[in-house]
Amino acid sequence: MDKYLNIDHVSIDFPTPDGPFRALDNVNLKIEKGEFVSVIGHSGCGKSTVMNIVGGLYKATEGGVVLEGREVDEPGPDRAIVFQNHSLFPWLSCYQNVELAVKSVFGASRSRQQIREWVEHNLELVHMTHAMHKMPSEISGGMKQRVGIARALSMEPKVLLMDEPFGALDALTRAHLQDSLMEIQADLNNTVIMITHDVDEAVLLSDKIVMMTNGPAATIGEVMEVKLPRPRKRLDLADDRDYNHYRSEVIHFLHQRHARKVA
Amino acid sequence: MKDKLIYFLELTGFNWFIPLVRLTAGESPKHQLQALVKMVGVPLFAIAVFLFLWHLGAAKVITSLGQVPGPVQVWEQVTVLADEHQASREREEAFYDRQEQRNAAKLEKNPDAEVTIRSYTGKETFFDQILTSLFTVFVGFLLATVIAVPIGIMAGLSDTLYSALNPLIQIFKPVSPLAWLPIVTMVVSALYVTDNPVFEKSFITSALTVTLCSLWPTLINTAVGVSSIDKDLINVARVLRLNYFTTVVKVVIPASIPMIFTGLRISLGIGWMVLIAAEMLAQNPGLGKFVWDEFQNGSSSSLSRIMVAVLTIGIIGFILDRITLSFQKFFSYDKNAVIR
Repeated sequence: MDKYLNIDHVSIDFPTPDGPFRALDNVNLKIEKGEFVSVIGHSGCGKSTVMNIVGGLYKATEGGVVLEGREVDEPGPDRAIVFQNHSLFPWLSCYQNVELAVKSVFGASRSRQQIREWVEHNLELVHMTHAMHKMPSEISGGMKQRVGIARALSMEPKVLLMDEPFGALDALTRAHLQDSLMEIQADLNNTVIMITHDVDEAVLLSDKIVMMTNGPAATIGEVMEVKLPRPRKRLDLADDRDYNHYRSEVIHFLHQRHARKVA
Repeated sequence: MKDKLIYFLELTGFNWFIPLVRLTAGESPKHQLQALVKMVGVPLFAIAVFLFLWHLGAAKVITSLGQVPGPVQVWEQVTVLADEHQASREREEAFYDRQEQRNAAKLEKNPDAEVTIRSYTGKETFFDQILTSLFTVFVGFLLATVIAVPIGIMAGLSDTLYSALNPLIQIFKPVSPLAWLPIVTMVVSALYVTDNPVFEKSFITSALTVTLCSLWPTLINTAVGVSSIDKDLINVARVLRLNYFTTVVKVVIPASIPMIFTGLRISLGIGWMVLIAAEMLAQNPGLGKFVWDEFQNGSSSSLSRIMVAVLTIGIIGFILDRITLSFQKFFSYDKNAVIR
């Protein structure tokens, strides 16, 4: 009960012409402050739905989400979201995109000078100060996602929600961004929920991996703690026994116990 | 400097001049000349062919007002209309001079004398009528924009409102201005009753008819543009807890500007077409009235003069479209999008 974030017996039905469709059934998860949790599962299993409920974009049909003792019932900057397709406003420069977020969250409480420094600080965290006055159309996909992460971080969220944040990127760029994210996480120690379908990504980044069963009525199949010491180095882990053990656990879950019937 | 100039020319639609700019900047003359031939030469050639065919064809048709005018006769009337304009301006100036002298003389005799200043009441010239038409279409179009854009935004954001409005839009959209005009005329006559009207009734009737007909493309395009905004962008606004108004100003409008302007362009085009018909019937002293009066006048030069009006209407319509296109390019965030 006294956990930081409590996803409490959450179920959701979506209306369809043939009656309600139960997408999630009885999802129960407790997350501690500073924990990095990955949610993994086959596509269509409702991982993103879990995140959207925590984010407040969807409303659970049954159960609810409690963050620091308060129930979540609408979206808010305390649960900032990094979207899969960056979702930067294309008519604003990178700086202005972050600035818009900072202004709407801290506009009343901070001076103009403080806002500028905070925007620049967050862009620095993701190593984007060199291109901060460029428009999103002028930078690469990986850079856009960096700015998207900076925007989410700038809101000082209690929980950072990431919806397959690196899913649309090529493998090398993805690795770069994962490393950056680990660095940032070592600094800020945010509470993070990351939706992913990438097993390596989940094991590399997470303290806890939540494995979801297939829908309809998807729910949590298993939760695995990843007790690899930090900082984690991609190269060292490649041949690490523990790492490969965790990895094969997840793969077994996904491809043996809960393999999709029709791929 | 060169790039800025080229950007400006692109923005304003004067693409013809770009090869010339590049040429003077010393860029490979061969390529620029090729571009020039393609951009300027081909259209000029097409126009020449058109004038020639017109010239041949027109000579073959004889109407009760004489031969259908060819390009030569039409050009003659352009100069005649310009001369008439000049002459009218001179008469007007002379009229005001005389009036001023008369009044000055009167005041000299008796400083307390009441002086009346009358305005010149000569017939509007062709160029006055062009200005009247432009002003009327501008007022009608502005009113249409002020109505259509906000309603379009609200309809785009709310499915319920969209379903409510859609049948009405679909029914009123295809209605001809000629059908609206009698109703608008009667309503304006009934409601617009003042002792010293700022605007003529005929002006208000014409402008309102333009509004009624040019409303729909902007309304539809705005609604579609707004409803097709990437849902994640709206979700970002929700996460930031922007209120309705801020969301509209900071997210919805910038995201749907290209579609809104597409609608505005269509609207202005329709408005300009509608205006000519409305002016004919409402007798608003613009280009439509000019055409109608010339038709009623029925002199041997009437058809040529109408043809001048036809070409003027076409050219002004083209310029109006170019101006909105420039605005669209200027306000759109995606500067690389190809807009025609």
